[in-house]
Formats: sequence, structure tokens, C-alpha cells
Amino acid sequence: MNFNPKHILGIKDLSTAQIHFILDSAASFKEINSRQIKKVPTLRGKTIVNLFFEASTRTRTSFEIAGKRLSADTINISASSSSVVKGETLEDTAKNIEAMHPDIIVMRHSASGACDYLAQRLKCSIINAGDGTHEHPSQALLDAFTIRQHKGKIEGLTVTIAGDITHSRVVRSNIYCLNKLGAKVRVAGPRTMLPPGLEKLGCEVFTDLRAAIRDVDCIMMLRIQRERQGKTLIPSLREYARFYGLNPDNIKLAKPDVIVLHPGPMNRGVEISSLVADGPHNVILDQVENGVAVRMALLYLVSGGESVQNA
Amino acid sequence: MATESVEILDLDGVNRALTRIAHEIIEKNKGVEDLVVIGIRTGGAYLGEQIQQRINEIESVTVPFGSIDITMYRDDLASRGHLAVGQTDIRFNLDGKRVVLVDDVLFTGRTIRAAMDAVMDLGRPESIQLAILIDRGHRELPIRPDYIGRNLPTARNEQIKVDFDEQNIPRAIHLLKS
Repeated sequence: MNFNPKHILGIKDLSTAQIHFILDSAASFKEINSRQIKKVPTLRGKTIVNLFFEASTRTRTSFEIAGKRLSADTINISASSSSVVKGETLEDTAKNIEAMHPDIIVMRHSASGACDYLAQRLKCSIINAGDGTHEHPSQALLDAFTIRQHKGKIEGLTVTIAGDITHSRVVRSNIYCLNKLGAKVRVAGPRTMLPPGLEKLGCEVFTDLRAAIRDVDCIMMLRIQRERQGKTLIPSLREYARFYGLNPDNIKLAKPDVIVLHPGPMNRGVEISSLVADGPHNVILDQVENGVAVRMALLYLVSGGESVQNA
Repeated sequence: MATESVEILDLDGVNRALTRIAHEIIEKNKGVEDLVVIGIRTGGAYLGEQIQQRINEIESVTVPFGSIDITMYRDDLASRGHLAVGQTDIRFNLDGKRVVLVDDVLFTGRTIRAAMDAVMDLGRPESIQLAILIDRGHRELPIRPDYIGRNLPTARNEQIKVDFDEQNIPRAIHLLKS
């Protein structure tokens, strides 16, 4: 198939075939990461700016490593060290960066839709590395890649996503992605963390974690985002851990070969107990490893055929 | 425009060429010590496997075989537009090895340039040799094959098509004129 995207802004815009194509491409790039010389010349001469208005270690490092392994020049800009703190608008910051002719901007921003906004105004490619509570496409793709790696397929599986659903962009992207790939999605969390109308996205909603994980193939635990909310949504972390934490006891309700995913960073002892996080079902570090391959694929795909479009 | 198809080699012809190349590789290298065969995906990988099997039969050994995808090393990524990347599968160390690169058709030489870069990124072989089923000319780079199945002068607008069956065994080679 011919898949030549200009931007990667969200999973919602992608077709099932396109998602499969990205995952297949990522499988080819994964091999490079286990070589002695972890570098191919594919994106030589391309400049990638990682523009991060929100703190991130994993995603930013993953994109940076992905770019470097493809021989692109990667530059990191974080909000704390940028002109944003001096009062510059998003559009002005982006236009100034664009004036230096980058090929790809990888952006994270606290406002939903910030990446779409820039994509309409800039000439270079934009890859969404998380915008507000909207989408986080590369995370959903690496989750799908990891599930496919362990289960051999995604179609027909049941996946439970549990935690703070309202504030999670990972959930939205994952619901789109898993639904398009033919999995059944369940979401679970306390009522205060479940936005209304969630069923319309195509998932079953649970307020009881034990019921939600019964006989499922995959469990994805989300982080309690302490920085995004006051203490009003849950009475205490201890109570949350008791009712919504995944532990060696309740995980037995799932299928014996269940896999446990977590986008990180983990709050051990809150949403996931250390015995599960380090236990035999966890694939959390596989997710991180696969993240680099998936991001290499995204950088490669948005770079293809650029000069044809400009010609 | 109608396309005219001329058979260049039939099944027996392909098999004879591959068998001869296998003998030549063994003769030139005075045996198979440190020899590895690497096919360029996809056509070259199928042919490489055939050559490896023949070397194994002749010498009663097992010569390592791997396949390499050169999409990531192409020099025309931007102008060709999007190309699907394939997987490189080489499960042995290349340091100090005598690498025989195999491809189906040698044309401009750019694929071979990319493949040599790809091999160099995987290790430091003692030497790289090149085996080609059809050399059709029109080189754009200083690249010369060590083993040739058939020399075939062509016009630039002609095409060479190597047919493989369902088991990826080469069946015949055709020259397409349009």
C-alpha cells in the first residue's frame, strides 16, 4: 500500500490498514536497535525538533534516540528553557523554529488540539507526542505493537484500560487504535474519573476493577496523574490502591496468560503493586523498547516523498 | 502499448547458471572457510538461498545465509516517495567473513552500493564479492560483479523480470520490451 502521511496527529485519522502498515514498518526498524552499530543513514540531513511544552523523559528520549538511529539531527527544546516562559505565543515560537527549516517537529503540549493548530500553519511535518487530554498516537501504536508481539494478533482480544480515564490522552488513542484493530476495549475507574459519553467511543465502562478484568487478555494500567488534579477525585491514594490497584490477588481473575501494560511512569503501590509490575505478566519494558522502533517508523513515514510534494 | 516478452533463461537455464556460480564461488575462494552468503531482498534473497544450498551440497557443509533489506540505505528515498521497509535477517557475525552478496539483476549499481553500506554497518567483513544472475549494463557507479549468470545488453527502457514460484524458487527470466 502507499501510505505517505504529512503529519501524524492522532489515531482517529488513520485507517486499519495504515495502522497495520505502521506496525509492520516498526518491526523492520526494531532489528536495528539490537545491532552493534545502531545507526542507518535513512534520514541523513533531516532536522527534527523535539518541542516539548510539557515534562517528558520517556517519550522525548525515545523520539530523540529514534531520530538519531536514523541519522537525523535531533534538537530538543523544552518549555522551561524556552521563550515560552518569557511570554511568547505558541504560533510565534513555532514560526521562529520553522524559520530555521526543520523537517519534522515532534510536539507535546498541554492544550488539546495544539498539534492540529500548528499543522495547519507550518510547512514542516508535525508528529503529535501528546496534546492535552486529546491523543498520544505513538503511545497507542507502541502498545498495539507490544500486544501483537506477545499475543501474535490483536483481533478478537479483550483489553481493559484502568485508571484516570478522564485525564488520559493515552486512553483515547488506545480506544481508537484497539477498536480499529478489532479488539474489544473495556475501561474501568472510579466514577469521578470516567467522563460521560465514553461508550460512544466504542468501549464497555466499568466502575468495578475486578469485574472489568475478568477473563481479559491484556490489562493496561494508567498512572494517577497527581499533577493534573487536586485531591478531589479520590479520597486518598490508599483507598484508590485498594479498589483500583492491580495486585497479585485480583490479577488471577484475568486469563492465565494475561499481559500487563503501563505507559509509565508507574506509581508503585498505587495503581500497580510491585509484585505485578515486576511479575511474570508485565511487558512494561518491552513497551519502552518497542517505542523506539515505532517512532523510527513514524519519522520514516512522514519523511518519504517530501521532495515530490514540494516539487 | 503492447509489451513484448522474450524468455532469456528457462528453468534449466536458471538452474545451470546458479550451479555454475556456486562452483565458481568455491573455486575462487579455495573452499568455503569464512564464507557467508547474503541475498538482497527480495529477489536476491531467494537466489542467495539457492546458491547457498548448492554450495552446501557440493562441499557437504552449511554455509551461513542471511538476507538484507536496503530500503533504509537508498539514495532516492525523497524522490521515490514512500517505500515499505523490509526486514534484515542476519544471525551471524560478519567480522572477518568473506561475504558473497547476491542479487537478481545488476543495473545502475546503486542497490549494490546501498547493500555494501548496509553490510559494513553490520560488521567488518574481510571481503565482499558480488554474484548476479543477470548483468544488464548501464552502470552509474564503479561496480563490477565477480560472478555473473548471464550478460545481457539491454536498452534502458527494457525490463528484466525474474519469475519465482510459490516456494520462491526461480522459474524463468524474461526481457520485457514496451
